[in-house]
Amino acid sequence: MTALHELTAEAAIRAIEAGETSSLELVDAALERVTSDPWHAFLAVDEDGARERARAIDANGERPPLAGIPVAIKDALSTRDLTTTAGSRILEGFRPVYTATCVERLERAGGIIVGKTNMDEFAMGSSTENSAYGPTRNPWALDRVPGGSSGGAAACVAARQVPLSLGSDTGGSIRQPAALCGCVGIKPTYGAVSRSGLIAFASSLDQVGPLARTVRDAALTLQAIVGRDPLDTTSLEWREPIELPAGERLDGLRVGIISELNGEGIEASVRGAVDSAAATVESLGGAVEQVSLPSVEHSLSTYYLIAPAECSANLARFDGIRYGRAAEGADSLLEHYERTRDEGFGSEVKRRIMLGTFALASGYYDAYYLRAQKVRTLVVEDFARAFERVDVLMSPTSPTTAFPLGERTDDPLSMYLSDVCTIPMSLAGLPALSIPCGFADGLPIGLQLAGPAYSENRLLGVAHALEQALALDQAPPEPA
Amino acid sequence: MSADGYEPVIGLEIHVQLATRTKMFCGCALGFGEPINTRTCPVCLGHPGALPTLNAEAVRLAIATGLALGSSIAESSIFHRKNYFYPDLPKAYQISQYDEPIASGGQFAVLAEDGITSVGITRAHLEEDAAKLVHLGAGGRRADADESVVDFNRGGTPLLEIVTEPDLRSAAAAAEFLRQLQLTLRHLGVSDCNMEEGSMRADANVSVRPTGSTELGTKTELKNMNSFRFIEQGITRELERQIGLLEAGERIAQETVHFDPDTGAIHVLRSKEEAHDYRYFPEPDLVAIVTEPAAVEEVRSSLPELPSARRARWQEELGITFEDATVLSESVGLAAYFEEVASRADPKLAANWIRNELRSALRDTTKQEPHESAVTPERMAELIGLVADKSLGAKPAREVVLPELIETGDPVSDIVERRDLGQITDEGELYALVDRLFDENPDQLAQLQGGKDKVAGYFVGQAMKATGGKADAARVGEIVRERAGL
Repeated sequence: MTALHELTAEAAIRAIEAGETSSLELVDAALERVTSDPWHAFLAVDEDGARERARAIDANGERPPLAGIPVAIKDALSTRDLTTTAGSRILEGFRPVYTATCVERLERAGGIIVGKTNMDEFAMGSSTENSAYGPTRNPWALDRVPGGSSGGAAACVAARQVPLSLGSDTGGSIRQPAALCGCVGIKPTYGAVSRSGLIAFASSLDQVGPLARTVRDAALTLQAIVGRDPLDTTSLEWREPIELPAGERLDGLRVGIISELNGEGIEASVRGAVDSAAATVESLGGAVEQVSLPSVEHSLSTYYLIAPAECSANLARFDGIRYGRAAEGADSLLEHYERTRDEGFGSEVKRRIMLGTFALASGYYDAYYLRAQKVRTLVVEDFARAFERVDVLMSPTSPTTAFPLGERTDDPLSMYLSDVCTIPMSLAGLPALSIPCGFADGLPIGLQLAGPAYSENRLLGVAHALEQALALDQAPPEPA
Repeated sequence: MSADGYEPVIGLEIHVQLATRTKMFCGCALGFGEPINTRTCPVCLGHPGALPTLNAEAVRLAIATGLALGSSIAESSIFHRKNYFYPDLPKAYQISQYDEPIASGGQFAVLAEDGITSVGITRAHLEEDAAKLVHLGAGGRRADADESVVDFNRGGTPLLEIVTEPDLRSAAAAAEFLRQLQLTLRHLGVSDCNMEEGSMRADANVSVRPTGSTELGTKTELKNMNSFRFIEQGITRELERQIGLLEAGERIAQETVHFDPDTGAIHVLRSKEEAHDYRYFPEPDLVAIVTEPAAVEEVRSSLPELPSARRARWQEELGITFEDATVLSESVGLAAYFEEVASRADPKLAANWIRNELRSALRDTTKQEPHESAVTPERMAELIGLVADKSLGAKPAREVVLPELIETGDPVSDIVERRDLGQITDEGELYALVDRLFDENPDQLAQLQGGKDKVAGYFVGQAMKATGGKADAARVGEIVRERAGL
């Protein structure tokens, strides 16, 4: 039998049901890899709690869909009594008093939380190098980044620490690390998953989603967490349940390759892999055409006005008064604010707070924030037009494969370009996912699929058919 | 210094705490006087990841208020974030409505000493209250506090901010506006509007301009006065201060000022030129408040009759004046009392008797309002009826019966009988009396018959004297003329 840590969630569920293993054995196997953690994917581990819940599930005999499966949670999600830092010094040692709705739902579905995964501070970054607690390493090459901001969430799945994790995606923070680590990552329709308990970066863009090794595992996780939550007024009623995809053909499917994201700025190996994925679509009975989304070119600059503007307000609450790390010895209220925030925030977070504060300032609001919102509307309209012609849009997830640690840390703009392919869908609130579509020099390449709002089931179906045809499920090398 | 030649221009901004069960954006119960920080949750403490959810009852109360003020209710309105750092604001932004409020426009008429003023309503918008800073130490003030504590029990309390146009022209009218608004909002159950407890807080925008000018002068904002009396005093003092400055050839600066009721002095708090940039932007955590017209109609049909509507109805159906209607609708109890009496007696007489005779008699004696007194509406209507059909003279009714009625609450007929005050309704008795008076005063009769009509009054007076006021003077006058052959 395959080693326990190698099992997908689906295979592990079957093994438990067949009496071949138990939740406690699975959790023990996961904890062994989580506590050694040569990738630094985890910021906090809950060994005792995880074992206790595993024993309880083994004992009570109830079989919710993910019963007994170890899962990891991005540190941006609030977990009661389990340290939650969002990768920031300012929340060092912070133990929340409540649990995020999506985490509660995952636990109700039987998932067993083993720990919290590393991330760029407050989800701002594309490499996990902005974590205040040190970067996560890419399981495929330890000297390279795992992507970000959900770098720990992607690495822990790729490295077979746990089969499932939850990440959050504001401009690509699930999809891009999934691509760089060679796993599946879904950013659902905005509002599909409650944001209650997700430490906000940019509220109108943030969305929680699953990372997994297979499309079906990701679907199982998404099934557990979607749906209206009274604690989040922007969450949606989810009428059609998420289905586990099973089909292998794509007959009649119309796929559009986003022409603006298939040329300049995209690495040749990545373009090649996407082109061969397009050929696979055709071989499965689908039709592929080029589709232009002109406003996509303005997406990056639009995003870097809206997201910082929202973050400047969202992060203002971190003042060291009610919780979190406070500067010591301040003589005045103003000095307390200044020193707490100066000591507690990293440079990228400060940069975005300043960008956003400027964009919202009286006299600049119309020229920056308001105009960005108008361009956002144009992006939405572009997608709507495209989906009159095609069912699914396709592009690279990331313009490059995993880049070396330290390569882009001094160049914010080149770091921002890591998300050029994923930001447009975030601006439009559309569902998008990334699946592996090839390798270049031993590094995974990600393919992005996007659809209209609520089209998760179709996207999962297409992704599953491609995943089966491409047959790329490989494990990264074990670290020495 | 003189106010002559200047016209005051006053607008009000009123914060009203809505009488909901829970806070604006979370499920914490509202309350007063609980131990500090016992009514809090991750949302109203601004914990990471906690999201606001909208209190539907607060929206309903805002709609009810908007309808009472004649505002139009927006089909879609949104919240903004108002950003600033202060320890009483846990998220470092206040969720407030900004340029798309739930209610806008409207009129609210008030009666003050200087007449009826129709005050334009600019808008009414929803927002959350800040937490309360408690300064521990000798003086209870920030400056000499040993320690300051933030009490988040108040944080997140639902507020409705009502903004008026600068339509008020005197301090008295401004205070009267607030009294009428308080009455209306209490009547609707929107708020208990207790100024001392802070559930109704008012700021006044005050300016003056040369009489006849249509341009607005530079305004100052008079902050947070916690009684009607202080509001009137504060505005009066600020108007005097502004006129004094102008008379001295100085300019008025746009600033925030504070009235100290202990000293009567106006203090400048801060200059508006250094105003915050609040960096408002639409709150992405809340979807728009969508108010279907049907929902507005539902609220409208559930509203009790408003004081303003009742006044209008009384004027139209009962024929009483705006002034009478305003006074008689000052409280729910008084209004109900008047309606009871008016259903049993002539409404105009009822208004006059209640407002002038009964209330002033009560003021001098038991200090009660009519509806609290021993004088039931039935008794009051009986008294008014006896006077109206001339069974009882107005003077004895006012001077003898009413005081005894207030004291005993006995049936009016009993009092009249007891005090032997019934008017002589026997015509024969009156004729006999007049004839007797003619016999006794032949000279005066001759003068009357000689054309000196004034002398009729002499005989009426004699008749009243002889009967102890129980004769109907007008009827006696007629009989005198008839018997004199005129």
